[in-house]
Amino acid sequence: MGVITPGFTGRARGDNPRLPPGQYLTEDFPVLSAGPTPRVHLDKWEFVITTEKGEKRSWSFRDLIALPSEKFTVDIHCVTQWSKLDTRWRGVPVATLLGDLDTEADYVLAHSYGGYTTNLPLADLLDGQAWIAYEYNGKPLTPEHGGPARLLVPHLYFWKSAKWVRGLELATKDEPGFWESSGYHDYGDPWREQRYQGD
Amino acid sequence: MARTAVSGRLAWRVARLAEIRQETATARTLVLDVPGWPGHLPGQHVDVRLTAADGYTAQRSYSLAAPSDGDRLELTVQRVPGGEVSEHLTGPYAVGDPVEIRGPIGGWFVWRPTDPAPVLLVAGGSGVVPLMAMIRARRAAGSRALFRLVYSVRTPADLYYATELRKPYAGLDVTYVYTRELPDGVAGIPRRLSVATLNTASWPKDFGPTSYVCGPTAFVETVADALLALGHSPHSIRTERFGPSRD
Repeated sequence: MGVITPGFTGRARGDNPRLPPGQYLTEDFPVLSAGPTPRVHLDKWEFVITTEKGEKRSWSFRDLIALPSEKFTVDIHCVTQWSKLDTRWRGVPVATLLGDLDTEADYVLAHSYGGYTTNLPLADLLDGQAWIAYEYNGKPLTPEHGGPARLLVPHLYFWKSAKWVRGLELATKDEPGFWESSGYHDYGDPWREQRYQGD
Repeated sequence: MARTAVSGRLAWRVARLAEIRQETATARTLVLDVPGWPGHLPGQHVDVRLTAADGYTAQRSYSLAAPSDGDRLELTVQRVPGGEVSEHLTGPYAVGDPVEIRGPIGGWFVWRPTDPAPVLLVAGGSGVVPLMAMIRARRAAGSRALFRLVYSVRTPADLYYATELRKPYAGLDVTYVYTRELPDGVAGIPRRLSVATLNTASWPKDFGPTSYVCGPTAFVETVADALLALGHSPHSIRTERFGPSRD
């Protein structure tokens, strides 16, 4: 147990089993971004997957929303300690986009409009664990929350769910992304409280 | 994009409260002694963890309000109604009491005293805290980088660091924006920060400035969009947003 701060009691113990360690519940939807919100026109929007061998696949926004989509309800956990339960989204599973692409990659670097990047293991994007989401709460995803489309990987801290996503770069080596280069964890499992490198 | 590398595990350290400075009716600066503190850059933040007698813990992130100074840290904490951490830190938390701290965290929203480029700081409310660390670091380092601060608050009573900012300091210009109530003797009407304010107060884009914007989400969105509209490059605008639930 840590050092006790005298007189600190904290709020009522909820013992919510859906809340990872060190997190608290919020009802609103805070925003964290390193720079201005990129505005990407739907007609210009493009999503590109590149393999380690240089093979490419790309989709326009119209292509994306024409693919079979899923509606899903998930809990999200931000490294800045808030968690939000039962958020409702719609998007295309990443596995659908990867399809039968020929790859030996183990890692992915997600790229965003605006220059943001984040790294993840490819396995964490498969098997119903990750989507390219374009609706939140039944409405088109707003720019502040990453619209037109964002990566959504709810089992990892929310900075891994890259806003304004424009592509996935498959790679055989793990390259740190934007926050990971300045000390945030390469994997980011909220249940193991992997906030920073070494956690 | 040069960033600070943080290597090794970020350890929790025990910090003890050395001094309190009341900034407003609801915000105070906590001066903490943290033996073994590794140092930090202005703009970085820390995680603060409180532990109750029964082992319950709560942690939150707070911006550092002053540049690195040995084992001393300064945080300015705004009381948020119902915020279990901020209510303790702005209430019963007393000189000599321990908390745990780890950091520094964040390597993008930072200013380096060796950077000669002009700097625009735009603060909404308590968003002034990391920007004040930059202003103080500039002074401590004797930097000649030109600084402008645009500081938006509801009323004059909401200003943090009011006395310190009132003292003239070469190379730092401060513009205040009052959204609800003006100071006595100031003509005009309270208004929100606008593109016109920033057009006057920001640096011409040709000067190659870096702009740091910190405040509530809607404020940061407005300011960042206005700076883009004034022709600043997205990469020259660094933002830090406080969600409404942040305490």
